[in-house]
Parts: sequence; structure tokens; C-alpha cells
Amino acid sequence: MADQHAAANQPLPANPEKATLEGRNKYLGFWFFLGGETVLFGSLFGAYLGLRGSTEGAPGPDELFHLDLVFIMTMILLTSSLTSVFAVINLKRGHFKKLLVWMWATVALGAAFLSFEIYEFYEYYHQGLGFTVSAFASSFYTLVGTHGAHVAFGVAWITTLLIRYRKSGITLSNAPKFYTAVLYWHFIDVVWVFIFTVVYLLGVGG
Amino acid sequence: MSHVDPSAPLEGKPSKATERKLKNEARTQIVSFVFMIFITSTAFLTVASDVIPTHFAIPFILMLAGVQVVMQLYYFMHMNAKGNGWINVMLWSGMFVAALTVAALTVIIGETKF
Amino acid sequence: MSNSSTSKKSVLWDWLTTVDHKKIGIMYFFGGLFFFTIAGLEAMLMRIQLMFPEMSFLHEQTYNEVLTMHGTTMLFLAAMPLFFAFMNFVVPLQIGARDVAFPFINSLGFWLFLFGGLLLNLSWFTGGAPDAGWTAYAPLSTTSAGHGLDYYIMGLQVSGAGTLMSGINFLVTIVNMRAPGMSMMRMPLFTWTTFVTSMLILFAFPALTVGLLLLMMDRIFGGAFFDVAMGGNVVIYQHLFWIFGHPEVYILILPAFGIFSEVISTFAKKRLFGYSAMVFATMIIGFLGFMVWAHHMFTVGMGPIANAIFAVATMAIAVPTGIKIFNWLLTLWGGRIRFTVANLFALAFIPSFVMGGVTGVQLAMSAADYQFHDTYFVVAHFHYVIIGGSVFGIFSATFYWWPKMFGYRLSESLGRWFFWLFLIGFHLTFFVQHFLGLIGMPRRVASYLDGQGLNEMNFISSMGAFMMAFAFILLVINVFVSRKNTDDVQDPWDGRTLEWATTSPVQEYNFAQTPLVRELDAFWHEKQFGDGRMKAAEPLDDIHMPNGSILPIIITTGLTVASFGVIYSTWSIIILGLLINFGAMFVRSIKEDHGYHIPVSEIKREQGEGK
Repeated sequence: MADQHAAANQPLPANPEKATLEGRNKYLGFWFFLGGETVLFGSLFGAYLGLRGSTEGAPGPDELFHLDLVFIMTMILLTSSLTSVFAVINLKRGHFKKLLVWMWATVALGAAFLSFEIYEFYEYYHQGLGFTVSAFASSFYTLVGTHGAHVAFGVAWITTLLIRYRKSGITLSNAPKFYTAVLYWHFIDVVWVFIFTVVYLLGVGG
Repeated sequence: MSHVDPSAPLEGKPSKATERKLKNEARTQIVSFVFMIFITSTAFLTVASDVIPTHFAIPFILMLAGVQVVMQLYYFMHMNAKGNGWINVMLWSGMFVAALTVAALTVIIGETKF
Repeated sequence: MSNSSTSKKSVLWDWLTTVDHKKIGIMYFFGGLFFFTIAGLEAMLMRIQLMFPEMSFLHEQTYNEVLTMHGTTMLFLAAMPLFFAFMNFVVPLQIGARDVAFPFINSLGFWLFLFGGLLLNLSWFTGGAPDAGWTAYAPLSTTSAGHGLDYYIMGLQVSGAGTLMSGINFLVTIVNMRAPGMSMMRMPLFTWTTFVTSMLILFAFPALTVGLLLLMMDRIFGGAFFDVAMGGNVVIYQHLFWIFGHPEVYILILPAFGIFSEVISTFAKKRLFGYSAMVFATMIIGFLGFMVWAHHMFTVGMGPIANAIFAVATMAIAVPTGIKIFNWLLTLWGGRIRFTVANLFALAFIPSFVMGGVTGVQLAMSAADYQFHDTYFVVAHFHYVIIGGSVFGIFSATFYWWPKMFGYRLSESLGRWFFWLFLIGFHLTFFVQHFLGLIGMPRRVASYLDGQGLNEMNFISSMGAFMMAFAFILLVINVFVSRKNTDDVQDPWDGRTLEWATTSPVQEYNFAQTPLVRELDAFWHEKQFGDGRMKAAEPLDDIHMPNGSILPIIITTGLTVASFGVIYSTWSIIILGLLINFGAMFVRSIKEDHGYHIPVSEIKREQGEGK
């Protein structure tokens, strides 16, 4: 644990998230976890693609989906990816205040995305797409809902970090936490890229 | 013996070189972001407009999605940074297994026999 | 930064809160052994029922439940945790690390496994265990009455989460925490197989998670994934299950390969023959493990081309496995072989496992598989690879690492009785099952008719099972009667790898100074070319250690309570459980806990005592 024995008054390292062994472990482990998450979402996508034609008389993709709503949601999530990138840059610069501001912006965008999604599900439900009406409905809600649950968890996680560390400054112990939260957030966006393409665009156009 | 307190705030500023690197990084990321907005819009427009035939539109928007995912992974998540070899191995292995799963569940679920 | 090691804790509290990889390894060992015993008893019940034709020892429904629980428990709750026990205990020692990368997550993974297993077995007392086979194929599983299948889903979900965490933990430990000089190609084979196994866990378990999630959606929330009347498709479940399930059987065999590589080279007193070929073959097996899942589904009706592709891919696995078999044989060739119990299991493994492999290639021929499918031929095949491979591996490792783990040696003479009885019993039980299958006895059926030519072989099979059970009792006796053999426990086998360079029992911090690794078989190299002690890679200094925590149990309890709520669709219990779960996670997240340091003076004192 050579890292623990560096000079007592720690200057800002170039990559504070990877400056300690704990940080490097967290960083690597979280990436590996995302590798596993890829398979999780791959399986859900597979189930959806296998069942998307099974509407059984209930409303199907081309009747339900509104591309304008999905476009807005996509832009919100994409922008939140950019704000979280700015947060990381400020983490490395040592600008703690700016880090907090950009993270809060990310949380706000995430919450906006979630409210759109809730509105969307509510709309579909009232147009006759209950969870149990067809295999398409089950697979659609499970895939998009699992993504939504990830967004909700991300919002809760980052909010917890922001409240916990509101005054602490950047430290060797919280830098990896912020960094992995941002990685998670990007991954949510990566999954959404596939969702808007495979579920919505192919649903309307394919 | 004194030990570093990991909860102590980090002092000081990054080196000049780091500052410059971060500035360049921020610029790359803004450019990537603009490009991603562009390809996302292209994908939506491809589907929304009725002029583009389906058999072209499907592979095209899938390709755009692939490009955007790679940009997210490498420009936003820094998967190309030094020392990320194992990360690349694990993420792409995950992608590979995911692709196999998707292929199996769309092709060989008994609806058509091969 | 308080030094919490000075305050004496009660023994029970210490074990409940420990984050020490060695203690967690020991807990995995006893947890796995507990479930191994239960699943073994279930096997005995089945063999008693099948001892004579048309027995009414077990009711058909009970037989289905016993059959399902035997398979599920053996694979998820016995074999895997027993391997995890050795991985946890041995891998950090073999790579010269002080602990795993995530000690807290490690403890969480253990408790999730234990509570998931207990939740699953609770179903015996609440109206019936799951009864749809360990595969839980839909629609059999989605239409099974009662709550048995719900326990299956939630129990495996909880323990599966723990397994995934442990997998990631091993991966990061091996990548980030190797001692100086320990390059990837100097890692002992057991560490290598742990690494590849963990990769398989990382990519296979999410598919199971989704498979179980979809089952849960259908059973509890009225989903239509596997309801054909609503447009569902049951083949999707089979794919998801086997995309997990086939890598799973390699998760069970690869660690055993690693164990045999250690044991054979130690007891032949030779460096492992073809080390790099062994590593490469392990990776190839890991890769092919993901390419062949559909060979479990030849009779589903995917079509001839699909079947042919998976048949060829399956047969290809014989190549890397063959490489391994020959490397073990060539390691033994010309070696000074010592026939210890650990090595006896390794030597018996080679022919036993080859027999399982040969029937595997037979089963891979998709056209022939239409005849073999769902007969006792398949039962014989997978018991040959799982007992002849994994279980022999576990027993070999038990005798091999016991002195390091528990500070005394198991009796060799009693161990030899155990070995021979188990070996003969095993072949007696399963060899005849090949022929039972070939003459048409279907698996998973509670009885058979008289006068079909099945009587004698079934009787022989049951007698063999009794022999195995008796042998297992000898192992348990051995554990108790050998406790006085506390001499020569530090390096009893003249070991080659780093774990034998530590004291027995191993100190909390493993190595007072991180060792410097100069060669493959690091410890052996120092014995041959150095002074027989590892060179230090760092000066003696304070050692940083993580604090123990009770939170893993609380998190796990919350998740188990929530799962219980899901099983009975009771929202209040689900919310209560999730509140406990997330509450404990929240506390973990906001509490800064940087562990403590063991001062140099204390280490010096303990080193002095150790001599």
C-alpha cells in the first residue's frame, strides 16, 4: 500500500480517481461490472426482438410510439452525458464547486428523462398496452423499464454522493466514487442509444 | 508513522501540461457531442421521412447507433486511455456475448427452422 | 483511522463481520459442505426410490421436488461455493496479495450466497419445493402450482447476485493486486483458472438473471413472455438458460483443472508440463464455453444447420481438453510421484473425466442425440464430468490445502479409505447408468416397471450410491479425528507456490512484507536457487487493513426479506425489505471507512512468535 505513505499534504494528482489502490480497484471493478451489464441488456434486447411481433391484437409499436417524444428524451440523456463529462474534467482540474454544479445538472436532466418516461408509460397504458396484454407488451416494458430503473438508481446514487460530499472538497476517497458514478451514467446513455434505435426507430420504421 | 488521510481535501492545481491536456479533452468532447447530436438527428430523420426505403434505413440506423456507442465509450468514457487493456477485453467480450444472445433470440427460436 | 484490532471482539461477532478473505473462504467451505450434504441426502432418497421397480418410497411429486433440489443445490450451492472457498483462501496468497480487491463486497457475496441458498431450501417447509428440474423450463415452470418455483427464482436470484460480485472481485484482485514480479504468465494455474472462471461468471450470470427475471414476470406479475396463447415463446427461456448454463458447467470444471495442475506438479515434483499451453487451453475452453449452449437443445427443433454448427463447435472442445489431459500425463512422466490422498484424487480424475469427455463427444453428435436425449445416458455423462471432475477436484483440494486453511493435516490412511470407497462407489453408481440409458430408461421419472431389464443395474447403481455416502461419512470423521496432526503444517507437501511460503495458520495480513516473485513456481525457485525464503519487495512497514462490518448481513437480510415479499406478492414486505437493503447500502455509502493500520512493532512481535 505504497499509496498510503505518500507526503501527508497531498497535492492534486493528475488522475485523482486512480491515485490510490482502492481507487484503481473501484475503477477496474466497475468497468468489469459494466461488461456484465452489457450481457444483461443484450439478453433483454434479445427477448424483445424475439417477441416484438407478438402484439396479439393489442396496440403495436407503430401505433404507439411518437418519435418526437423519444427524440426529446434522447437529447436530454445525451446532454446529461456531456454535463457528466464536464464534471469529470473539473474533478481532474480540482474545481470542486464546478464539479458539483455539473453533477447536479446531470441529476436534473436524469430526473427530467425519468418523468418523460413515466408519462410515456402512462400514455401507453391508457391506449391499451397493459403489461399483461401481449408478449410484445411484456418484453417492451421489461426492457425499457429495466433501463428506466437504472436511470432512477443513477439519479439516487449521484444525489446521495452530492449531499454526502457537499462540503468535503475533492478527496482521494470520493474522487473514484464520482468517477464511477459518471461511468455508470455514460453506460445508461449507451444502452439508450440501442433502445431508441432498436425499439423506437425500428418499431416505427422497420 | 503518519498516514495519508484519504478524506482530506486535495490541495493545489494540476500541472500546466495536465491543464492543457484537459482543455484539449474538453474541446474533443464538445465536438463529439455535436457530432452525436448530428447522427442521432440523422437516424430520426431517416425513419421519420418516408422517402428512404426500409431495407436501406435499417442497416443505416444500426450503423449510426454503433458509431455513437463507440464514440461514447472512447471519447466520453476514455476506454482508449493507457492501461485500459483489460477494460477493453471485458467490455468487448461482454458485447460479443450480448451479440450472440441477440442473434440466437432473433434467429433460432423455432419460428423458422435453419 | 482508529486501530480497531486492539479491541477484542467476541468470536461470533468476529465471524459475522469479517472481511478477511481467509475467514470468508472457510465460511464458504462450510456453507458449501452443508448444502453438499443436503443435496447428497436428496440423491440418496432418489437412489432408494429407484433401488427396486415400482417402489413407493417417494411420492411422484416429492420425487420431482427432490430431483429438482438435488441438481439445483449441487450446482449452485455446493460445487460453486466449495470452489469459491478455495479461490478465496488461496488466490490472494498465490499472487502475494494481502487481501482481495473488495473485502466488503467479498463478504457481501458470501452472505448473499448463504441467504439465497437458505431461502431456496425454506421452500421445503412452506408447501413444497420447486419441481420443474434444475433447468426450470417454461411452460412447466410458469404453470407449476404452489410457490416452489417462486422460491427457486428468488433464491437463485439472491445467490446469483453474490456469485457475480465474487467473480468481479476475483478478476480485479488478479489484475491489480499481484506482487511485484508476478506477471500474468508467472501465475499459478489455479489462479489462472480462477481468472477465466470469473470471466465466465461475469458474462454468463447476467443471462440467468434475465431468464429468472422473465420467469418472475410471468409467474408473479402476469407477463406473457412464455405464454404461447399471448404470443410468447418458450424457446427464448431455453436459450437464456443455456447461454448461462453451459458456461456454468465450465465454471464448475475449470477451477478443478487448476487444482489438479497444482496437485499433480507438486506431487510429481516437476514443473507443470506445457505451462503456456495449459493457460492457452484454459482460455480456449472458456471461449468455446459460450459458443456451444444450443447443444442442450438439439431436440427442440432449431433445424439441421443450426444443430450441425453447434455439434461441430461442441466437438472442438475436445481439443483444448485433450491438450490438458496430455500435459498432466507428461507432468507425471518421469516425476517422483507421491501417492497422497490429494494426488490419488488427481490421478483418478484423469481416466474418470476422460470417460465423461468421450460420452460428451458422443452426445455432441446431434443426430445420435435424438436417441440419447433425456435418458440415463445423459445422467451418466454429466455425473462423470461433474463428480469425476469437479467433486474429485474439491476433495483433492480439501486434502491439499487443509493444513494451510485449518492448521492440521487430515489423516492419510483414513483418507485413502475414503478415496477408494468413493471412487469405487462412484463408478458403480454411474457406469451402469450408461447402459440403462441406452436401453431406454428415461431420466427424471420417479419409477420404472418390472421385467424391463432395468432391475439389476438400478440395484447396482443404488449400492454404489450407498458406498459414496459411506465414504463421505469417513471424510467427516477424518475432519474430527485428525485434529491432533498439527506438526509439519507450514509446507507439508514441499509446495511450489506462494501460499506455502506463509505461516500456518496464515496471519491476518498474509505477508509481513510483500514477496518478490522471480520465476514461475516462485517458492520452489527460492528453494532451489535462493535460501528457501521469499525475497521481500518492500521494507517492513505498517500494514493497512480494512475494518470488519456487519452491513453485508443487513444488506442481505433486506434483500432476502424483499424476495420473500415477491414470492408471496406482498408489497408491504417487499418495501420493508428494500428499505432495509437500500438503507444499509446508504449507510455504507456515506460512512467514510478507511480501515486501520497494524503497526510495525506488532508485526515484528508476531514474526518473532512465528519462528
